[in-house]
Amino acid sequence: MNKNNPVVELKLPVIPDIELSATKTAEVIAKHMNLSEEKTGEISMAIIESCINAFEHSKTKEIFIHFIVSSDKLTIKVKDKGVGFDKSKVEIPNIDNKLNTDERKRGWGLQLVSELMDTVEYDSDETGTTVTMTKKREDNE
Amino acid sequence: MSNPIKNVQENNGVVIIATEGYFNNVAGDAVLEVFNQKLEEGKVNFLIDMSDSKVVNSIGVSILIEIIEKLQSVDGKLAFTNLASIVEKTFNIMGITKYCEVYDSVDSGVEKLS
Repeated sequence: MNKNNPVVELKLPVIPDIELSATKTAEVIAKHMNLSEEKTGEISMAIIESCINAFEHSKTKEIFIHFIVSSDKLTIKVKDKGVGFDKSKVEIPNIDNKLNTDERKRGWGLQLVSELMDTVEYDSDETGTTVTMTKKREDNE
Repeated sequence: MSNPIKNVQENNGVVIIATEGYFNNVAGDAVLEVFNQKLEEGKVNFLIDMSDSKVVNSIGVSILIEIIEKLQSVDGKLAFTNLASIVEKTFNIMGITKYCEVYDSVDSGVEKLS
């Protein structure tokens, strides 16, 4: 990472709807980067889902979000110091399977983040989880 | 916390539920409560106006899947109008739009549903 890349760091306690404070920050950064309204919306939605996953599954009381601005992309890291999870055990959701069955209707977070961002990586063990996701400045990069 | 239901109206047999603010689990449960009341009254066509809900999360939207499921059993319809582009994209990814139409305005939604 270039030392000159602007970095914004947030520490969020687990309180209702606090993920919206991260989306407000993302909107300011996206505006600074001249990202489109479409990309800004996708970034905000991915942050919301990543925060909710962390709040629900990490069993911790706070999460950390880092925004790293570089010349070609925005990198966002959502970290917790929780119990971790095994991504290979998370099923890909399908609405057809959720209708008229006992299957829970929820479980869309990872799928949404995957579809909304350009890259997504999960690093998780029993000491915590870091989700690293990027959004390119330009579509053709 | 403000009420996530902005208003509830009926037009030509279509129940129009307008939401307001962040469409999270609280808003989803509020819509489900209105839906259940109207379903008990025999209403089966519903239009959700999200012109004032530009931000959603998957927990709130998942509650809409319960509504779709209930309406399938009574041959009813659920549709949406005034969706922000990211909300419509989210609905596409989750498959909501496989089962629900999206209309440009309340009037066009009412016309198609009634």
